[in-house]
Amino acid sequence: MNTLYYQMLRIRMVEEAIAREYPKQEMRCPIHLCIGQEAIAVGVCSVLQQEDAVFSTHRSHGHYLARGGSLGAMIAELYGKATGSSGGIGGSMHLIDTRVNFLGAAPIVASTIPVAVGVALSRVMQNKPGLSVCFFGDAAVEEGTAHEAMNFASLRRLPVLFVCENNLYSTVTPLAPRQPQRPIADIARGHGMKAFQADGQDVRVVQNVSRHAVDSIRRGAGGPVFIEFATYRFVEHCGPNEDAPALRPPKELAAWKKKDPIRFLSPIEHRALEPLIAKEITEAFRFAKESPFPTYETVTNLRAGN
Amino acid sequence: MKRLRTYAQAINEAQEIAMRRDPSVFVIGEGVPDPKGIFGTTVGLAAKFPGRVMDMPVAESGMTGICVGAAIAGMRPIMVHARMDFTIYALDAIINTAAKWHFMFGGKQNVPMVIRMIIGRGWGPGPQHSQALQALYAHIPGLSVVMPATPHDAKGMLLSGVTDDHPVIFIEHRWLHGIAGPVPEPFYTIPIGKARVAKKGTDVTIVSASYMTVEAMRVSPWLTRAGVSAEIVDLRSIRPLDVQTILASVGKTRRLIVADTGWKSFGIGAEIITRIAEAGIPLDRPPVRIALPDMLTPTSHALAAEYYPTSVDIARNALILCDKKKTDVQKAIRAYAATLTGSSDQPDPTFTGPF
Repeated sequence: MNTLYYQMLRIRMVEEAIAREYPKQEMRCPIHLCIGQEAIAVGVCSVLQQEDAVFSTHRSHGHYLARGGSLGAMIAELYGKATGSSGGIGGSMHLIDTRVNFLGAAPIVASTIPVAVGVALSRVMQNKPGLSVCFFGDAAVEEGTAHEAMNFASLRRLPVLFVCENNLYSTVTPLAPRQPQRPIADIARGHGMKAFQADGQDVRVVQNVSRHAVDSIRRGAGGPVFIEFATYRFVEHCGPNEDAPALRPPKELAAWKKKDPIRFLSPIEHRALEPLIAKEITEAFRFAKESPFPTYETVTNLRAGN
Repeated sequence: MKRLRTYAQAINEAQEIAMRRDPSVFVIGEGVPDPKGIFGTTVGLAAKFPGRVMDMPVAESGMTGICVGAAIAGMRPIMVHARMDFTIYALDAIINTAAKWHFMFGGKQNVPMVIRMIIGRGWGPGPQHSQALQALYAHIPGLSVVMPATPHDAKGMLLSGVTDDHPVIFIEHRWLHGIAGPVPEPFYTIPIGKARVAKKGTDVTIVSASYMTVEAMRVSPWLTRAGVSAEIVDLRSIRPLDVQTILASVGKTRRLIVADTGWKSFGIGAEIITRIAEAGIPLDRPPVRIALPDMLTPTSHALAAEYYPTSVDIARNALILCDKKKTDVQKAIRAYAATLTGSSDQPDPTFTGPF
């Protein structure tokens, strides 16, 4: 059994479990599920080394898990518990696991892109190995700071992999009123870096193009690389449900579901994996629910009030 | 014989010491390595520390985010902005990213970075090259905001900032750069969050920061001769605010002037007067805020001369607070103003522009 498919199924089942539990109102923070977009997280992270840093956005569960972030700490974070990845202070939009160099996720659109570039700068200045990967959506390239970060990464030939998950929507606003008709990857080319466009729904394609990109970056003077993946979110922007038909065309969703990234998994494989993953998820939720809430003191003890 | 250095030299020296002590420190900003070196504060550093004193794209927002990234990965950036106005492009990176990164990830990572911001006055910087936005940054939990007034404190507080594990906004007034004062040669730090009683007194407390401390100190001997003993509390640090030192002084004098380089409404003066009210310290006279009027900054030096408060305003208000007769005050102030030499838009006669 291919570990890529196992990982995608695991992310899918975690997200579905969150969606199931969410209406109980015990996870009291916004959640942005990545159902439909799992192949990009898994394919990209499959070609990374331990020292590589990964950054993400509000839709970070898949990236965090594909990178090897602790499932229990993630679920606990959603429940606002002290055992959460950010001690319950961050919630779903601020996952981190420094153990696996998943160095942070944040919901201010494009805000983690320059941070990823800065980590790459520090790696170069400190003469340390490792590249920076930042995942972001199609709307991020509308933000000035994304261009500023790309300009600098290209200027200094920094080891950065820019991963744009183009799921065609910012919340429910389609691309048309937001961007001109041109490939997003062309923006990166304009900044003087290599850029690729690829199918984000086939994990083997994602892995191949990512490996090619990462090899180019690791060759030293290769400089940063940008990949635009075509993908689609199967559930609503924020929350556990599907979008209402008025928000996105149901036919469009149906067409993309035919390109479900886990479609390559046979029913037999699916059935074989499911119980193992389900057990792990049950344990993660139990761990989260049984964990204590953080005390207010842990918050006030942080350097937050200065 | 005390070792004298200008404020600009003190900052230059602090950065040199910081980079010598710690290879993770670097200096970055628009024009940092150029021959003028940010009013002299970075002159010569690029040659001493190859690769660590960098120019940057004109991209204040992205570059601030990049410095945050460098900071969480073990570097200690000192960012430099020749005008505080330019940092408004970077508000998201400063407020949403730098100030919150440590907190929102439960303390897993630190953001040790200093952001130097220069504010100004005179020689026509106008509405977009002069703003003193300390109140804006001081509103944000997660940031420290300092405004040293002397070369001694500038060096010590910059070194405090560089060794701090969290972001520090370091605000320099352009008119301080040329002022000399005693600066010890070795490494030393001045703690962030501690005010300094710059002059002891009994009749009125003048709480000031940055260049307004210079204005207060300038008028202080004259006030003494006029029969007013002023105590000058130089804040040095805006956030955290050393409330104890302020309360102790005002509790003694029961008269208060706050002199700030920023705008009056919702500013530093408002915060300090509120702290005194909350502490229940009775004042013998209503407190006075000396600050920029609530209007934007004009360029023409004819207008700017009226716009900026000076030691004359401090003198007038101190006399009034201490119950000097109105006619005497008018006469005395005319006499004091006549003693001031130089032009209202030059820090000193050696300053001849262009910026």
